[in-house]
Amino acid sequence: MLKPLLRLTEFLYPYRYRIAASLVLLLGLTAAQMVFPAVIQKVIDQGLSSGDTHILVTSTLIILGLGLGSAVLSYGQRFLTEWVANHVAYDIRNRLFDHIQNLPFAYHDHISSGQLISRCIEDVRSIQVFTGQGVLEIVRIVLLSFAILVVLFTANAHLAWIALLPMIPMVIVTIQYGIRIERFYLAIDNALGELSSRLQENVTGAQVVRAFAREPYEIDRFDSANRTLFSARIATIGEWSKIMPTTTFLVTIGTLLILWFGGQMVLRGQLTLGELVAFNSYLLLLSMPAQNLGWLVNTAGEASAGVQRIMEILDRKPEIQSPPGAIHLPALQGRVEFRDVSFNYTAEKSQALHHIDLTVEPNQVVALIGPTGSGKTSLINLIPRFYDIQEGAILIDGYDVKQVDLTSLRRQIGIVLQTSLLFSTTIRENLAYGRPDASLDEIITAAKSAQAHEFILALPDGYETIVGERGVTLSGGQRQRIAIGRALLMDPRILILDDSTSSVDTQTEHQIQAALSRLMEGRTTFIIAQRLSTVRRADTILVMDQGRIVERGTHAVLLTQDGLYRQIYELQLRDQERFQEEMEHISGSGIYDSEPPDNEDQEASD
Amino acid sequence: MATEIPSYITEDLPAKGFDPKMVSYLIHYAKPYRGRLLISLVMMLIASAASVAGPYLVKVALDGGLAGHSTSVLLMAVLLYLGAAVVQWIATYVRVNLMSRVAQSVVFDLRRDIFRHLQELSLSFFNHYSVGRVISRVMGDVSVLRDFLTWALLAVARDLFTLIGILAVMLSMDLRLSLLTFTVLPVMVVATVLFKKQAQDNYRKARAAISWVNSVLAENINGVRVVQSFSRQAYNYIRFRDVVNHLNLTLNLRAARLASVFFPTIDFLGNVALGLVVYLGGTAVFGEHITAGVLVAFILYINRFFDPIRDLSQRYDSFQSTMASGERIFDLLAVPVEVQDDPKAGDLPQLRGEIKFDHISFHYPDDEQPVLEDFNLHVLSGETVALVGRTGAGKSTVVKLLSRFHDPTAGSIFIDGRDLRRVTQASLRQQMGIVLQDPFLFSGTVKENIRFGKLNASDTEIQEAAQAVGAHEFIQRLYNGYDTPVEEGGGILSVGQRQLISFARALLADPRILILDEATSSVDTQTERIIQQALARLLKGRTSVVIAHRLSTVVNANRIVVIEDGRILEQGTHTELLAKQGPYFRLYSMRFEELPE
Repeated sequence: MLKPLLRLTEFLYPYRYRIAASLVLLLGLTAAQMVFPAVIQKVIDQGLSSGDTHILVTSTLIILGLGLGSAVLSYGQRFLTEWVANHVAYDIRNRLFDHIQNLPFAYHDHISSGQLISRCIEDVRSIQVFTGQGVLEIVRIVLLSFAILVVLFTANAHLAWIALLPMIPMVIVTIQYGIRIERFYLAIDNALGELSSRLQENVTGAQVVRAFAREPYEIDRFDSANRTLFSARIATIGEWSKIMPTTTFLVTIGTLLILWFGGQMVLRGQLTLGELVAFNSYLLLLSMPAQNLGWLVNTAGEASAGVQRIMEILDRKPEIQSPPGAIHLPALQGRVEFRDVSFNYTAEKSQALHHIDLTVEPNQVVALIGPTGSGKTSLINLIPRFYDIQEGAILIDGYDVKQVDLTSLRRQIGIVLQTSLLFSTTIRENLAYGRPDASLDEIITAAKSAQAHEFILALPDGYETIVGERGVTLSGGQRQRIAIGRALLMDPRILILDDSTSSVDTQTEHQIQAALSRLMEGRTTFIIAQRLSTVRRADTILVMDQGRIVERGTHAVLLTQDGLYRQIYELQLRDQERFQEEMEHISGSGIYDSEPPDNEDQEASD
Repeated sequence: MATEIPSYITEDLPAKGFDPKMVSYLIHYAKPYRGRLLISLVMMLIASAASVAGPYLVKVALDGGLAGHSTSVLLMAVLLYLGAAVVQWIATYVRVNLMSRVAQSVVFDLRRDIFRHLQELSLSFFNHYSVGRVISRVMGDVSVLRDFLTWALLAVARDLFTLIGILAVMLSMDLRLSLLTFTVLPVMVVATVLFKKQAQDNYRKARAAISWVNSVLAENINGVRVVQSFSRQAYNYIRFRDVVNHLNLTLNLRAARLASVFFPTIDFLGNVALGLVVYLGGTAVFGEHITAGVLVAFILYINRFFDPIRDLSQRYDSFQSTMASGERIFDLLAVPVEVQDDPKAGDLPQLRGEIKFDHISFHYPDDEQPVLEDFNLHVLSGETVALVGRTGAGKSTVVKLLSRFHDPTAGSIFIDGRDLRRVTQASLRQQMGIVLQDPFLFSGTVKENIRFGKLNASDTEIQEAAQAVGAHEFIQRLYNGYDTPVEEGGGILSVGQRQLISFARALLADPRILILDEATSSVDTQTERIIQQALARLLKGRTSVVIAHRLSTVVNANRIVVIEDGRILEQGTHTELLAKQGPYFRLYSMRFEELPE
């Protein structure tokens, strides 16, 4: 438990002077606390018995003075501690935020976003509680115990031994509890993680669960996770409910021992009544901290687990970073070159790409086609360096992507992904995502080019309409067009389109295709598509299969080869031939001529 | 980007402090445990009484035992004190143990009920209620309730009881000195009221600020790929650090300052009371000197007297956040279930698969705009019907109504002549296979995901289903074959591959009615052909409804239905519709007009 907590010092270091000041204040506060019992002793032994007004007045003034002094010290001390705790939490959140957003795709592929989010929220909170009240309380207990030990042993070593006897089991019990509880917290954390991922999956897959009438199955699984958590909690309760009253009980036993043995000493005249009371008061100073011991151990345990999990994230190096002294890319021509590139996602998985060699000249359009899972998306993801390759090199305008400044690279690449994620803010801000400083005119121009302007204007607040969970729900095609507009506004030299029309209907697809062909003009473009009508206009077509480029060339060249492309073509050609036959059939019957299919424009503007 | 907390976050904060409805909900959940609650309460009272007795016994020991030179009185006092300590120890143990168990049980029940409720809610509910919100209800808010039950609920009773006990003992020991001590109370009340007023307002703002922090964090994590694609890291970081996270810091520091003033003030008032007792009691202003015992007892009581008061003011915060969390939880539980089994609903027998939409109209609950209007469709047993039309035309709604994800606002749907509303949902969906465009896979292996369609399927059956949809090939090439885990981030499988797995899953269920909603939109041409060939065999003897934007998928259907704005424009076979040169003809020619030669 201690080792992870020690790593907190890294976050505490910037505030060391404030922490030191807070400690000084705490020292003063403890000293003031130590004076009270001495004052009371004097009141009892000299004031009350003799009725000496002078002593009583002095004592009263001392009590008030100490009270006022303590209040001021306590104010400063509390505020400083909270100030540090809040700043530590603020710093950790900032670091997590920045670190996570810079971790590579490979990291995010394998971690559940729910887990990451709960670490940023829950774990930071438990650390904040610990660095605030927790650390304070520990220091206070140590200081106080030390001071009390000194005072008690100076006053009466014999009685001090007796009074402190119950403290020995208290220390043992607390340490044991601390050791045992760590295991329980681990179990609870696991159970909590399991429960929330059950929940997350169930909600995300709500439609599938219903479609297969699997609600009872899901309920069983959730119930069992819920029960595991319940048992883990109950197990800690067993420990916790023992430790909590025990510490209080042991302090009371101390008082009893003082009363009994000290009382006899008073009767024998070895001790004054005031001394006895003072002795007891000193011991009682420990009672509040003692009651808090259990809580403290819990807080430390939770914080320790929190630090461990947070450090797991922060210790993970963002492998994909601009190297020191990275070249800041100038405005690109758009030449893309793959030199014998091999790539796999992780060591244990089979290779995603094998020995890819590829040169694309500026402004060329490259289409990628091939079976599902053949490596098309893997290939294009390497151009903006979302992943690092194991072998070979990728060069943009002759610069190795590993040597250049990442921002200067990605700023010149526009990407439209297969599924278009929008942020829950206004449409305007979504469009300007890559260029927050873009003017409204620029944004509207981009939206128009993406064929999105008209439907945006039809929304309740136009460009200021908020999308997402609490806002307007857009259709897949609408989201896709905003994603295209977003990429267009970047005015990228290299454009990457990953099967961006698979989820839209034929008419919308037509509109998007129109937008895309405008988008592609004068840019190096990589486009993944299933449809040959999209692919055939490309300057180069890459046919991929099992991580290799199996054929390449123009449409005309590839048709002459008896390969995969031709097979795909023939499959689609069959449809085409059938279409032509059908058209001939219709025109043969004389209907075709009367109404030619020229309604595309009309359809598009519906 | 916004520099103020977005309104949707502040709207989520309830304004009410105390809601009787909430309390009655809580009582409902606590009811099964009332026996244990009662025991806990009794234990709490016993422990409080024992704790109040302590200082009095010290006084007896000092005045009767020591001042009175009586060892037996001292012994008696010490033994009684020991007894009180033991009683307090046991009572506290039992109370903490029982109360925590009760709290955990209530939490267990609540989570179970929320989850069951979620299973019954309609799908449109989830469009506006994100996973993140559901999780924060079930995990976060429920924990707040647990803490309240474990610590705060009985603590209020304890604090009040201790206060009264101390008051009584103090008054009986020395009336005038007690009244003297209480003179600081009005000052304390004023201080507390002032503090609360400031703190409450700040507390609401701070809660909104932390929600904002969390939602911005969550969104940045969920959208991390887009963030990196657009190189937004620096911009997002500065905005988070200087605006979102900073607001949270500022508000929390304000709260810390308020608390730092308040608590030392209360402590100081305690010391003032103590000074008054020493001075006025000691100088015999009231006619007689107090004894050492009384003085010590008073000191002890003053300490214990102010603790519950401090405590009660802290409880208020906890009470407030409990009310807020409770309200959010019970609001979720109160969301009406749109589609429910009729109490008299029977199970569907083995289906033939005849479907009839009879004058169906439908609009979503949160939108008055009709999606379907007077929609009629009769699908014969064994027939394959394809629905064609642009996005938003109502195709998916037809399929959703058929699966009874929603009930129509007018008209009825019949399967084999039985009204859907008269049969159980489970018996309906068990005979129905649905493959959706967005292929959702659960965490687990590929095999487990296919098996979701039929929980007792053998490995051979699973493999056969995968073969039928052309998924077997690529699954075998995965590094662990059918036992390869599917990960949330989706590092391993492409969208097309996911579609194939979900297709296999639906087939394995061997449904009488098969619904394909854009099931192969991301699958490559060759695989699509494999599926189509397989489909011819698979659809045999089953009724199926197919939605596809790719017209190549629909040409072989027995019937094609073109839908626009919730109405059927035309229907017929591919050839018939082409001959009519209507909307279908236009769609179809648009598909091919760009092709070569």
